[in-house]
Amino acid sequence: MSAPQPTLFVVGATHHTAPLEWREKLAVGPDKMPEIQRRLSSLPGLQEFAVLNTCNRIELYGVADDYAAIEALRTTFCESQGIDLPAFRSLELCKSGSDAIYHLTSVAAGLESQLVGENEIFGQVKSAYAAAQTNRSVGPVLHKIFQKTFQAAKHVRTHTAIATGQVSIANVAVDLAATIFGDLGDARVLLAGAGEIGEQAAKAFRSRGTTDLTVTSRTMEHAMALAGSLDGRALPFDKIAQHIADFDVLVCATAAPGSILTQSVLMNAMRTRPAAPLFLIDLALPRDIDPAAAEIDNVYLYNLDDLAKISEENRAARVAEMAKARDIILAKASLLWNSLPRQSNPRN
Amino acid sequence: MTDRQWIWIATACYFAGVVVGTIALARNRKQPAGTIYGLVTLGFALQTLGLYVRGIEVGGCPLGNTFELFQFTGWSATALYLVVGLTFRLSLLGYFTSLLSLVLTTVSLAVPAWDATRRVGIFGESVWIEFHAAIALFSYGVFALLALTSIMFLLRNYSLKHKQLSGAFSFLPAIRDLDHICVRLLTVGVGLLSTSLLVGAAHWVRAFETVNLAKLLITISIWIAYALALFLRRKGLLHGTRLSWVCITLFIAALISVYPVNSSRHGDGATASTVSPKP
Repeated sequence: MSAPQPTLFVVGATHHTAPLEWREKLAVGPDKMPEIQRRLSSLPGLQEFAVLNTCNRIELYGVADDYAAIEALRTTFCESQGIDLPAFRSLELCKSGSDAIYHLTSVAAGLESQLVGENEIFGQVKSAYAAAQTNRSVGPVLHKIFQKTFQAAKHVRTHTAIATGQVSIANVAVDLAATIFGDLGDARVLLAGAGEIGEQAAKAFRSRGTTDLTVTSRTMEHAMALAGSLDGRALPFDKIAQHIADFDVLVCATAAPGSILTQSVLMNAMRTRPAAPLFLIDLALPRDIDPAAAEIDNVYLYNLDDLAKISEENRAARVAEMAKARDIILAKASLLWNSLPRQSNPRN
Repeated sequence: MTDRQWIWIATACYFAGVVVGTIALARNRKQPAGTIYGLVTLGFALQTLGLYVRGIEVGGCPLGNTFELFQFTGWSATALYLVVGLTFRLSLLGYFTSLLSLVLTTVSLAVPAWDATRRVGIFGESVWIEFHAAIALFSYGVFALLALTSIMFLLRNYSLKHKQLSGAFSFLPAIRDLDHICVRLLTVGVGLLSTSLLVGAAHWVRAFETVNLAKLLITISIWIAYALALFLRRKGLLHGTRLSWVCITLFIAALISVYPVNSSRHGDGATASTVSPKP
C-alpha cells in the first residue's frame, strides 16, 4: 500500500465569493498575521503554506499531507478570526492541484481583481511569497509554484492587452497628457480646485514625474494647504486668466457655478504660446471651461464624460482580453503541474 | 545581378515591412518595431547596393534620370529614418517609411521610360556639382520624412480633437514630440538645401550658361517655400496642423517637380553621354 501523497491547495475567500462585510471579518490585520502564521506552522501535516491577504481576498496556499490537515488549517484560521467554520465554508474558495496553480497565476496576472488587469496585486502576491520565505513556511513545491507564477503572470501582462489602458479617471487624464506631451517631467500643471478628484489627478501627475505643480482654489487657504501636501505652489484664484499661458496642463475641478474659463480668455492665452499645446481637463460639474475652447488650435479639452468614456473603453478592452489570458494561464498551469517532481508531486 | 534587381529585392523588403505593419494595425497590436526596423535596414542596404552598382555604371552619384532621382530621394528618407526612428523610438514611422520607400521604388521601377536613358558623367570633373546635386536630393529625402511626420501629426491631432484614442491611433507618438521632430527635420532640410544652393551658386557664377533656368527657378521656389515655412514656424506664425499641411503640400510639389527639372536638364552638361540599360 503506497503512502498518501501530499495535496496542493488554496482555501480562502475573495470578492467573488464573499460580500464586503464578510471580507472585513476575514481580513487579517498586520498585528494578527504573526500569530496566525505561528499557529499554522505548528499544524501537523501542513508541509508548506503562504498567506495572501489583500483588501479583496484572503487566500491560504499550502501543501498538506492529507485533507485532515487542510481541515485543521480551516479550523485554526476561523478560530483566529472568530468566525464560524460553517459560515466560512459557505463563502469559501477551495481549489487543489493544477486548479490552485491556475488560480494563483490568474490572481497574480490581475484576472481575478475587481479592476481587471490592475498592477498592484502582482506586488501583493510577491510580498506574500516574500513573507512566507521569511517565515520559512514555503518549501520546494510552493517555491517553484510561486516563481513560475510570477513568470507566467508577467508573460500574460506582456502578451495580452489585459493591463493596457488606464481605468481610473485620474490616470486616464494623465495618460492623455502623455499622448500630448510625451514625457511629463517638464509639463507645467495647474490644478484649479482643491477637492478630492483634483487632488487625485494631481497625485497621478506627480507619480508620472511631473515636478512643476501649482494649485489654485477659490479659498486661498485650501490652495495653500493642498499645494503644501503636493510639494507645489499656490496661485490666487483671480490670477488664473493672466497666468494660464504659463501652464501646459490645466486640471479644473472647482465647485464654481459656471464657467471660469471662456473661449476668449483661452484664445488670448494661446496667442502668447501658439505652437505649444494646452491640455484642459475639466473634471467639474457644472463644467469650469467653456466647451467652445475645444475649437482653438492646439487646445485639447476633455471633460468628465470624455474621460469616463475612455475609461470604460479601456475596461472593456481588458475584459475582452480575458479569454486569451485564461488560455495562456491554463496552458502554463498545466505545464507547471506536470513538471513538479513525481515523488513530491502533490495529488490533485 | 543588375542594379535594378538589387532594388527590386530592396522593394520586396519594404513591401514586407508594410505587410507586417498593416497586419499589426489590423490586429490592433503595437507595431513590431524591431522587425520593421530590420526589414527597412535590409531594404536600405540592398537599395544602397543597387545605387552603388548604378553609380559605378554612370561614373558618379546616380542622379541622371527620374528613376535615379526617385531612388535617391527614397534612399535619403530611409537613411534618415534609420537614425531618427532609433533615436525617437517612433515605431509607426517605420511603417510609414516602409510605405513611402515602397511607393517611390515601385513607381520608379514601374515606369521604364524614367530609366530608359542613363546619363554618364553628368557632373563632369566637378566634385562640387556632384556634391550640390547629392545634398539637394538628400534634403528632399529629409522633406519626405518631414511629410511623413506631418501626416502623423495630423492623425494625432485628429485623434485628440475627436477623442479617438484607441486602435491604430494609440500607437502614434505624442503630438509635442511630433512637432519637435517636424521642426528639426524642417531645419535640417532647409539647411541642406541652402548648402546645396550655395555650392550650386558658386558654380553658376562661373558657368552661367550651363544652368537651366527652369531648374533654377523651380529649385529656388522650393527652397524659398521651405525656408519661409521654417521662418514662420520660428516666429510662431505657422504651426500645428497648418504647418503640417504646408510640409505635405510642399513635398508633393517638390516630388512633382523632379520630373520637369530632370527633363529640363537633358540639354545640360556638355560632357554627359548615355548608356543603354542592361536587359
